[in-house]
Amino acid sequence: MFRISCPFCGERDENEFVCGGQAHIARPEPAEQVSERDWAEYLFFRDNPKGLHFERWQHRYGCRQWFNIVRHTVSHEILAVYRLDEAPPDVDREEAV
Amino acid sequence: MSNTQPMRLETGGRIDREKPLSFSFDGKQYNGFAGDTLASALLANGVRVVGRSFKYHRPRGILAAGAEECNALVTVGRGALEEPNIRATMQPLYDGLEARSQNCWPGVKFDIGRSLDYLHFLWPAGFYNKTFIWPHWHWYEGFIRRMSGLGKLPPADDPDHYMHHNVHCDVLIVGGGPAGLSAALAASENTARVAVIEQDSRLGGSLLWSEGNINGERGDAWLEETVRVLRQRDNVTLLTNTTASAWFDHRMVIACEMVSDRRATGEGEGPRQRLWKVHAREIVLATGAIEQPLVFANNDRPGIMLASAVKQYCNRYAVAPGMRIAIATNNDSAYGVAGALMSAGVDVAAMIDARQSLAGEGARALRDQGMTVFHNAIPLDCRGDRGVRSVSVARRGGEERLATLECDCIAMAGGWQPAVHLFTQARGRLRYDPSLGAFLPDEIPPHVHVAGMVAGALTLDMALEQGREAGLAAAGDGLQVRPRTRSKSTGALHMERAGCEHRPDRQWIDFQYDVTLQDIDIAVAENYTSVEHLKRYTTTGMSVDQGKTSNVNALLALAERTGRTPGEVGTTTFRPFYMPVTLGALAGRDRGEFYAPVQRSPLFACHEQLNAQFEDYGTWRRPRVYPRNGESEQQAVAREAVAARTSVVVFDGSPLGKIEVYGPGAAEFLNRVYLNNVTSLETGRARYGLMLNENGIIIDDGIFARLPDDHYLVHTTSAGANRIHAWMEALLQGDWPDLDVLLTPVTSQWANIAVSGPRARELLERLEAGIDISNNGMPHMSIATGTVENMPLRVLRASFTGELCYELNVPADRGAALWGRLMQLGEDLQIMPIGVETLGVLRTEKGYLHVGSDTDGNTTPGDVGWGHVADRKQGEFLGKRSLSRTHNTSYGRLEFVGLTPVQDGSVLAAGAHVIGAEHTGAPAPTQGYVTSACYSPNLRRYVGLGLVQDGSRRQGETVNVYDNGQVHPAQLSTPAAWDPEGDRLHA
Repeated sequence: MFRISCPFCGERDENEFVCGGQAHIARPEPAEQVSERDWAEYLFFRDNPKGLHFERWQHRYGCRQWFNIVRHTVSHEILAVYRLDEAPPDVDREEAV
Repeated sequence: MSNTQPMRLETGGRIDREKPLSFSFDGKQYNGFAGDTLASALLANGVRVVGRSFKYHRPRGILAAGAEECNALVTVGRGALEEPNIRATMQPLYDGLEARSQNCWPGVKFDIGRSLDYLHFLWPAGFYNKTFIWPHWHWYEGFIRRMSGLGKLPPADDPDHYMHHNVHCDVLIVGGGPAGLSAALAASENTARVAVIEQDSRLGGSLLWSEGNINGERGDAWLEETVRVLRQRDNVTLLTNTTASAWFDHRMVIACEMVSDRRATGEGEGPRQRLWKVHAREIVLATGAIEQPLVFANNDRPGIMLASAVKQYCNRYAVAPGMRIAIATNNDSAYGVAGALMSAGVDVAAMIDARQSLAGEGARALRDQGMTVFHNAIPLDCRGDRGVRSVSVARRGGEERLATLECDCIAMAGGWQPAVHLFTQARGRLRYDPSLGAFLPDEIPPHVHVAGMVAGALTLDMALEQGREAGLAAAGDGLQVRPRTRSKSTGALHMERAGCEHRPDRQWIDFQYDVTLQDIDIAVAENYTSVEHLKRYTTTGMSVDQGKTSNVNALLALAERTGRTPGEVGTTTFRPFYMPVTLGALAGRDRGEFYAPVQRSPLFACHEQLNAQFEDYGTWRRPRVYPRNGESEQQAVAREAVAARTSVVVFDGSPLGKIEVYGPGAAEFLNRVYLNNVTSLETGRARYGLMLNENGIIIDDGIFARLPDDHYLVHTTSAGANRIHAWMEALLQGDWPDLDVLLTPVTSQWANIAVSGPRARELLERLEAGIDISNNGMPHMSIATGTVENMPLRVLRASFTGELCYELNVPADRGAALWGRLMQLGEDLQIMPIGVETLGVLRTEKGYLHVGSDTDGNTTPGDVGWGHVADRKQGEFLGKRSLSRTHNTSYGRLEFVGLTPVQDGSVLAAGAHVIGAEHTGAPAPTQGYVTSACYSPNLRRYVGLGLVQDGSRRQGETVNVYDNGQVHPAQLSTPAAWDPEGDRLHA
């Protein structure tokens, strides 16, 4: 059971949140001119790293705000939490393991 | 008193002889004392056979004194309170306890199932996989299912209740033995909040049954003082009768507490069990170690026990497990057992020590007292079916017989395996330590500490020292102590294993599941050399045991037979749960009416008065239909459906999803999330819209309406309300933060009553709401606001029935008043309510799409006839680019069509497959399927909707509909069977 620090409400149990998958997926623009293959990459392909993963979560049963976290997919340690309007933090990858 | 308990010692023990308790086992009455477990009380009464093994139905006695017991599984209680598979060693005795043996018929002493044992050569490891494949598994499944399983489910619902309890602490200590208590003492010196979890009914661990000397005083005295100090500290929580069974991410440990003896008395308050969810900053594991059995022929007979258990019964419960006890060992720890038995006056037959030489003081001391000590010797075999009677002793290797000893109990000391279950769940790694003959914690994960026997500490001093270090490091007070990252083996048992040689008689590895050394041999011969494969092929360590007493012997045998070291073989993965947890405890209060929350419309009471039949649609409990005067459901639906098309009906649409969208960016926002054009919508008008996701797939639909200024009201499907709101929030917060828009979900704030039918306007005029509801004043797809009886009212003219229809919205708490008023005003029009089933009939007749029923995860707007809207729409919207993907524009897509039966009396059913007219039965390639179908009371025939390959281009074509072996020809048509021109909507 994760404990997640919502940037607006503070630390709460995982079951107040929902995970929205990988963060920082840029929509290729202008969409009309994107090739079939690149569009499929954007729609269907996601990273599945053993290590750091940047992902979106929503505090659905709280303030309903979306935010990003950096999670280590092996230890599940959450190394950073940041708002959507903040730049992704520089996390020390070595330390994370 | 004690003469009724033949094996009870005259003195000693931590039992209260002033408090006798009576209990029954298999219907026979016995006595015990407060402080006993069911197991110790059975032993005190000389009961030897307490259960039968799972596969061979062999008689089994008590093996252990704690959580590792795998033979003495009994059913406790009666009726609804009965619970199977209770370990007798973990069940505190109470007055009136009723216990029964399991897995035997007619009784535990004589069990017909034992015939399986006499034919054991027919079912070795893997027989199951090899035998029951021909001609087909299902031929055998029935009787195998009946034979399998342990214990029986109680006959009625559990009347007890169970609670969940969340707790946060700085330091969680698992294990209340010497190391755990020492850690607790150190960790709680300052302000750290400390919790100690102990599975036994008392704190103290081995101090409860082992003599010890701490700082020059007796172990008992230290224990008493320590517990007194800990109880006084406000920052310490001590939990007994609580087993920490599972470790989850971020250091949450699940522990189950046996709270009350409600079952003892049948009365009293409080839950039966409490599930603790402990979130801890640091965790100290002081989980101790489990003694391992020795492997020899017929080592499963009743009366053969772990040596430490023998000592525990003797010292803690004042019970002699036998009149004459032989001790077999491969290490030093058995000598303390011999000493304890002799001081209690129990006859020790001999010490059978596997080691080559006996230089130890223990052996010399025993010999000085006149006891026979065999060295370089092993127990070879033993006799006695329902209780061991003798043991034969041989030189290691088995050729040279040394003696046959009369005895009624064999204590086996096969070494100690640390209880590393939680440690490995926490992703800690193990290493094999040859001097201990066991797997020890190796790489210790951050925030985890180990202390005591689990970390290889064999002496009391060492355990206390490690506990103190771990406690200080965990509490982090001043960080004087760096946490250890590896455990180190301390001291040695001088262990020397005899090896597991193949002999003609079976030697048990896993007592509960009847896995023998011979089964390991078969598995190895068939090349199951990975420990994980071995476990699954032979079932060793599965089920109740979870490797507690079987794992080490199995993998040592495997290592020996494959020429590897135990470290190379490794252990199987320990997963939650260490000990079984009842489903009741896991469910907690989430059962019965609390299983899932139910949403009720503000008009719920109105429906109850009208005798509605309710059903749960998603989270909403809604009226299905309103049967009158003994009508069947079908008759009631027909009556309601005809009334909806001939006079006027009301429908409770309150669960309909409602989201208010405000702000300067509202129009642009909605224009991006709807396929349909929003920017051209004028104030006071409404429009139907489809929502697509970025893949171009339809995810929801509904009416959106424009109120004055930058204010829109969006309707979603009832099931989609929360999902769509969350999705819109994600878009606004994450993708388009530049749009100035505010969303407010208002589903439950409005009561929504749809007034529908040719006479709907007539009824509404009587309401005098101050709205011009003439066809010109309020055309189809428009919205207006007014007041009725001082309630603010929103009227939306839109239809899901295909008739003239107005949706009236008033604040939720006024809904019942409006409902009542409408029913009163419409009495002479024969107004009646319609339920969700009837609405389903009406919309199917009309061919209206129901997203989720008539669409699947692959349906695009083009598939449901909205392709032209997508093509014409200016500007960007979600899913637009994906609609031009090759996959979405190719032929052969499933398209939304109507289906009309060709023959009179033909039936159409949702789920039936569409096959080509050239096929008259299965097998045939499917061309799609029926998505909605029902009998139409208005058209007096079946109507159907479906998704059919290239359906829009095939209208007029006759296909066959295959339904459960029957084939009905049907014609493909446009979806609307009722009023295809839509004149009635605009009336």
